This record gives sequence, structure tokens and C-alpha cells, in this order.
Amino acid sequence: MSAHGSSVDGSELGQLARFAVSPARRRKDRIARGSILAGTVIALIPLVLIVYYLLRKGLGAWSTSFFTTDPTGNTFFGGSNIGGIKSAILGTIEIVALASAIAVPIGIGVAIWLVEYGKGSWFAQTVRFFVDVLTGVPSIVFGLFVYIVLVVGTGSTYAGYKGSIALSLLMLPVVIRSAEVILLLVPAALRESALALGAPRWRVIFNIVLPTALPGMITGVLLAVARAAGETAPLLFTAAATLKTNFNLGGFMNSLPVQIYKDVTSPTTAVVNRAWGAALTLVVMILLLNLIARLIARRSRLA
Amino acid sequence: MEAASIPGGERSILERSPLSRLPDRALKLGLTALAALILALIVYFFIRLVGQARPAFAKEGVFGFVLGNDWNVSAEHFGALPLLVGTLITSALALLIGVPVAVASAVYATELCPLRLRAPLTILVELLAAVPSVVYGLWGIFFLAPKLQGAEQWIADRLSFVPFIGGGLVTIPNYFITGLVLAIMILPIVSAISREVMSTVPADHKEAALGLGATRWEMIRLAVLPYCRSGIVGGAMLGLGRAIGETIAVTILIGDAPKLGDHLFAQGYSLAAVIANEFGEAQGVHRSALFAAGLVLFVLTLLVNGIARVLVVRAARSSSSNGGGQTTSAAGTLADAAVGA
Repeated sequence: MSAHGSSVDGSELGQLARFAVSPARRRKDRIARGSILAGTVIALIPLVLIVYYLLRKGLGAWSTSFFTTDPTGNTFFGGSNIGGIKSAILGTIEIVALASAIAVPIGIGVAIWLVEYGKGSWFAQTVRFFVDVLTGVPSIVFGLFVYIVLVVGTGSTYAGYKGSIALSLLMLPVVIRSAEVILLLVPAALRESALALGAPRWRVIFNIVLPTALPGMITGVLLAVARAAGETAPLLFTAAATLKTNFNLGGFMNSLPVQIYKDVTSPTTAVVNRAWGAALTLVVMILLLNLIARLIARRSRLA
Repeated sequence: MEAASIPGGERSILERSPLSRLPDRALKLGLTALAALILALIVYFFIRLVGQARPAFAKEGVFGFVLGNDWNVSAEHFGALPLLVGTLITSALALLIGVPVAVASAVYATELCPLRLRAPLTILVELLAAVPSVVYGLWGIFFLAPKLQGAEQWIADRLSFVPFIGGGLVTIPNYFITGLVLAIMILPIVSAISREVMSTVPADHKEAALGLGATRWEMIRLAVLPYCRSGIVGGAMLGLGRAIGETIAVTILIGDAPKLGDHLFAQGYSLAAVIANEFGEAQGVHRSALFAAGLVLFVLTLLVNGIARVLVVRAARSSSSNGGGQTTSAAGTLADAAVGA
């Protein structure tokens, strides 16, 4: 991207400097570099520990029945009849799929407006500011919003689609910002040549700009999906939790993060082990999304 | 765009019938409406949240709610000070522990590390961002907290003469362990933004420092860090915003005790945790008080994120005036992306 320290060819300078640098300064340099390296190593320790523990505990909980049975709720005595996480996996997939179906078109639409129409106008700046505001809102507050509007407001109870809406609010700013960045990278010359050939604006957008930006936008979308999939707080008072597998987004719906949260607070070892297994499942799903996002980003001609 | 007619008198292919111009108008109108929808949505949410929080504020008074040191559900007293203090202590700890480590890893990745290691190192630090909050909570409470309890007790005993830190009995869930896990959680954002800002430092500055005989560390201290200061502070503030709003990991780790913990290793509560933990069975004023807690949390994160954004944007602008144009705009936008990812 830009020139880093590596562009300084240190060998000759280093030779010269060696004469000038006093032992005290050299010692200080060594100590400082040592502590920077130590800081980096410290930064990596938690990752190693988390991955190690997730694998050790999580793999122990995995089995065929773990993925094919619903949690039974019969957790008091522990043992083998506590069930698996089938409803949680399916619930997470459904809720996140609907959330993406809501957030992605709206988010990309707003990004297109910002780049193609709004540009630097005051209205566009205001929209950007509010998108930034959305980015900073804690996820539990999104849960409260959706609760106020869709649970209190309609006088009804929790439902899977309400969780999806909470997650889509969470995804929106990520989708908008990443799509905007990519759309800005589409060369102006491409747009101008299409316009010069007489294409109307909407065809320029749909036939030229969007296809060029597509891979980059998919990356942003997948990262947003990965973020939403791991969220617990917005689902607690919107989709609630249930035991049974439920394909109807209008009813209560289980999800992996909520199931893990419920299981963590259990005093029974078997249930906590199920939480580890579910956590490993969730992390694997999120990492896969991240991996795909990275691969697509690498293929993209932009950025 | 208005078509020029061709001298022959035929209709130009550039000229469009009003009907074919319709999709253009519709698209522009539709997209503008979408953008306006975002604004309307946030304003609407804010108003509704204030409306729901009003009964609690009416009962306790705004200051009574925020600064009252008494959160007693059964007696219907709702003073959120213990929650606010819990949020602030844990987030401050997260910054104290997380930012130096994050900045060190960013300095190492951009200035000291062999080129070949740079990409893997970056990816590893960013992997931390892929771990969901609830998994941090699970790992923290079943692995980290029990493992560190002995060490914490040792520190508490040694520092028993220091108020607020030592002397007490260390519980497994406590402020310190919450702050520590939050530090791990904000590490990837702070590190990513610091790295982006550091990569915009002009090579001239660094070469000049080295050319004058500075050691590597002196170069970092004199050329790199001052140049990135506001960017790093902005990144730290974004991390702070994250830490303040973090819910599930905190709920699991802080112990959910609705009182002011009297020392660093005591159980406490936070604004976000109280909502997650009590909302399910809350009724009446209690529920309204939880909405009020959400409102305080919302305003707090707005303030912190607002300051952070000003700092990050200023950092990007100051470096672009130094001729780093393309890279810095990328840094600014990447910083935005990092906030989300």
C-alpha cells in the first residue's frame, strides 16, 4: 500500500549509526524493541488459549446426535438426555438469512445512493453521520429498539423474524460502509464511458458499476453476516429461545448464541459441555464465512 | 445529457423519450427514500426509547437515576450508579490493558517485523474479532477466571494497603476479569486502526529520523508515534465504545451483583449486563428503568464514538495534507470497516 520502514535500506545507515549510538541508547533501543515484541506475543496468547480450549472441550461434545437432536430442556439431572443443538443451528441459519435478506438490499441501496447521487451533499453527509451512529450503538440497544417497536408496539410476543430485524439493524452500517468503499473504487472512467455511449444512469449502475463492485461487496456482506451470526444480545428479547426446531420465523426461535448463553449459566457439567460444543460450531461457521470473504476479496480486481 | 440532434434531422439515439427516462427518476427517488429511511429510523427509535424510559426518570429524577447508588428491584429503587461505575471500571481496565498491547502489536507489524511475518500476524490478531462475545464469556468464566483466581488473590493480598484494589476476597466473576476479557475483545479493532494509521506515516519522516542517527526505537518514538497520536487515540476511543456496549461477555463475567463492588476483584454489574439479565422478567417501573439504563448506555456510546470519529478523521486528514492522499482515504474507510468487522 505505502512505503513502510522496509523501504529504508538499513544496512549502510546501520553501519554508520553503530559508531554514533551510545551504549545507553542502544540498551534503551533493545529494551523498547523487546517490550514491543513482548506486547505482540501477549496479544497472540489469548487466541492460542481460546482456540486450544474450544477444540479440546468442543470436539469432546461433538457427536452425530449432538447435531441431529433438539435440546430437551431436561437439564437438571444432566447425563446423556440433554439433547443436542439442532434447533439452535437451524434457528441461527434462518434468522441470519432473513436478516441478510433485509439488510443487504437496503444497505447496498443506500451505498449506491451515497456514491452515485448523494456524493458530498449535506444530506449525504448527514446520512453518513447517522450510519456512523448506527455503527456505535451497542447490540443490546438494538434489541431494546426492536422490542419497543415490534413487541410492545404490536402487543404481541417474541418471534424469529423480530430477531432478524434486530440483527439486520446491526448489519446495516457494516454493509453500507463496506459497499460504499468498494463502489468508490469503481473507476470513474468506466461510468463516464458508459454514459458517453448513451446508457441511462440506472443501466450504468446495474450493468457497469454493480458487476464491477460485486466481489468486493460480497466480502463486506459476508463479514457483516459473520458479525450478526455471533450476536446474542439483540436476540434475547426478540427471538427469545425455545427448544424445538421451528421453521416458522413467526414463532419463537432458538439460536446458537442464545443457546450457549443459556447453557453457560447452568450448574450441570453436561450442559456446559454442550455450550462448548455449540461454541465450537458457531466459531467454525463464522470462520468459514470469514475465510470465504477473504478468498473473494483476494479475487476482486478492485481494492 | 440532453441530446443534440444530428444535422440530418433524424432523432438522435442519444435523445430519450420521457418514458425511458422514468426508471432513472424512480431509481433516484427510491434510493433517496432508503437513505432518508435510515435517518427517520434512528430518530424514531431514540424518541421511542426516551418515551419508554420516562416513567423511571419521572420516579427517580434524571440525576437520581444516573447517580443514585441503590439498585433494588424488590423495593423499586432504581439508582444506576453501581451499573454505571461497573461499566466505566471494566471499560477503563480494558483500555489500560488492551491499548498498550494493541499498539505494540501494531508497531511490531508495521515497523519491526520481517515482511514475511506481517500478513500472518495481522490475520491472527484479526481472528480475535471473529470470536463471538458469548464465546469470550464462556471461555472467560470456565477457563480464564478460575485459572487466574489464585494470582488475583495474591495481588490483592500483596496490595492490601492500596484502597479499591487490595484487601478483599477475590471472587471468580469480578471487575478485573471482565476488564481483562474486554481488553482481549477490543484488541483487534484498536490494533487494526493503529496499524492503518501507522502505515500512513511518510517514509521520508522515518528515513529522516534514521538518517540523523536515531535508533529504531527513537525513530518509532520521534517519527511514528507523534504522527499517529490522534489516530491511535481515536482507535482506542472506538475500542472504548465497544467495551462500554459489550453485553453478553460482561453479563457472564461480572457477577451481576447490583451493588458497588468495594474493590477491583469484587462482583459488580454493568449497564448492558443489567438489561440482558433482568429484562426478561421485568415489569412496570423496573422495565422502564432498564430502558433508561439502555438510554444512558446509548448516549454514553454516542459521546465516545463521536469523539473517536472526530479524532480518526482528523488523523486521516492531517496525513492526507502531507501527501499521503490515496493511502489515507483507504485508512479512513478501513477504519470504518474495522469498526464493523
